[in-house]
Amino acid sequence: MEPDFLTIIALIVSLLVIRVTYVLYWTGRPFKRAPTTSLRTMIVLGSGGHTAEMLSIVNVLQKDKYAPRSYVAALTDNMSLQKAQVYEESLQNHENNVDKKRGGAQFMQIYRSREVGQSYITSIGTTIVAIIHAMWIVLKLRPQVILCNGPGTCIPLCACAYLLKIIGWRWCTTIYIESIARVKKLSLSGFLLYKLPLADQFFVQWPLLQQKFPRSQYAGRVM
Amino acid sequence: MFQEHYYSTARASNPQSFRAEKVNPDQAGLSRACFFRLAEDSPKPLSVTEGEMRERKGVFVTVGTTSFDKLVAAVDSEPVKAALFRRGFSHLQIQIGRGTYIPSKVSGEDGELEVDYFTFSPTIADHLTAASLVISHAGSGSIFETLRLGKPLVVVVNEDLMDNHQAELAEELADRKHLFFARGPHLLAQTIESMDLESLVPYTPGNPKNIADQIDAFFGFSSPGEGSDQKGGEGEGASVSKISKLFSFLFR
Repeated sequence: MEPDFLTIIALIVSLLVIRVTYVLYWTGRPFKRAPTTSLRTMIVLGSGGHTAEMLSIVNVLQKDKYAPRSYVAALTDNMSLQKAQVYEESLQNHENNVDKKRGGAQFMQIYRSREVGQSYITSIGTTIVAIIHAMWIVLKLRPQVILCNGPGTCIPLCACAYLLKIIGWRWCTTIYIESIARVKKLSLSGFLLYKLPLADQFFVQWPLLQQKFPRSQYAGRVM
Repeated sequence: MFQEHYYSTARASNPQSFRAEKVNPDQAGLSRACFFRLAEDSPKPLSVTEGEMRERKGVFVTVGTTSFDKLVAAVDSEPVKAALFRRGFSHLQIQIGRGTYIPSKVSGEDGELEVDYFTFSPTIADHLTAASLVISHAGSGSIFETLRLGKPLVVVVNEDLMDNHQAELAEELADRKHLFFARGPHLLAQTIESMDLESLVPYTPGNPKNIADQIDAFFGFSSPGEGSDQKGGEGEGASVSKISKLFSFLFR
């Protein structure tokens, strides 16, 4: 008997539900076995204090385990990528690292979903552009780890990585560290990543937030 | 007149290290005698005597990469300058960033607060290090850079910003006595008048290594200095508890 259209749809939907449940279940669960190679890491930078905080975290990561590293910042943010480039160059001048074998650090810019003060109607168009651009970047950089700390640019990137996770293309672990400037309330990015949930690990830098959001982790401040 | 002669002699002998205040003509005789002795014997300024000499204590004002005209205007106003002068500061350096309000430069020769300004600098670290007091906008970068240097800090919140989460950080640090906090530029003068610099508690910088270690633990990487990366994970007998975890997860 030929399966009719509705049966096929029902089958696809149930497979999707099972897959989404599987992904949701494993989101946030620590790895059973440590990876044998280094992890391709994407680091999302943002204007203001975001980049400074992010770089101070990257600075204490074991560089041979999180490589090659790529840095993504908004198109209108010029300073952040410069700072990241200066930082990576300073690493090259030190001991030899696995980057030389697996390729060096990459720096990319992404369209912003919405500029400050932009009207909400035009924001719909620019958000769609940002999501498409984010998907292109994630497919190009193929991250296994995404590190971000709050700028709006991270949402399309994390969402696209999660989508790829669901369809089984690539498993990417998202690690979110809420900015030190967030003491009593989460940022919008943080809130979305916590609730949906998209992040595997969610760090906050003040104990009050850890109490308000029990699935988050408090491991002190970075500055 | 007598006083003008007095000032010009001061500048001629030691223009850099001496700041003269207006001398009461009744005290002129005594002051003049003190002044001549000090000019010859000790080129460096001593502690304040008779309000004559002022130790070089600077105030540095920064707005980071923002535009915060209201703060610059408040700092440039007479009440704030007078408050700073009364608290013993000798000069004021303002970093105005992208602001359009230009403060008036003051040379400080007439026994008042010296004022200077600039827009940007590749690093403000030198200015922070040289200052005895820092007045800053509420950006986390400026705040922590200043606290790490152990400088007394007054943070002024920009009330015109739409999403003012910055105020939260400044408030929390003020509650912990690491800095003084003014909710707006209009409150700056009274904050300066009433602040007790002795009450400040030094800020202990945080350590991002704790977070890095947690991330390593998630992936099963060992931290540097520990043994090899952990292998293997949960046993097979955990399947039942996994299913119950799944249910509690789905229906949380």
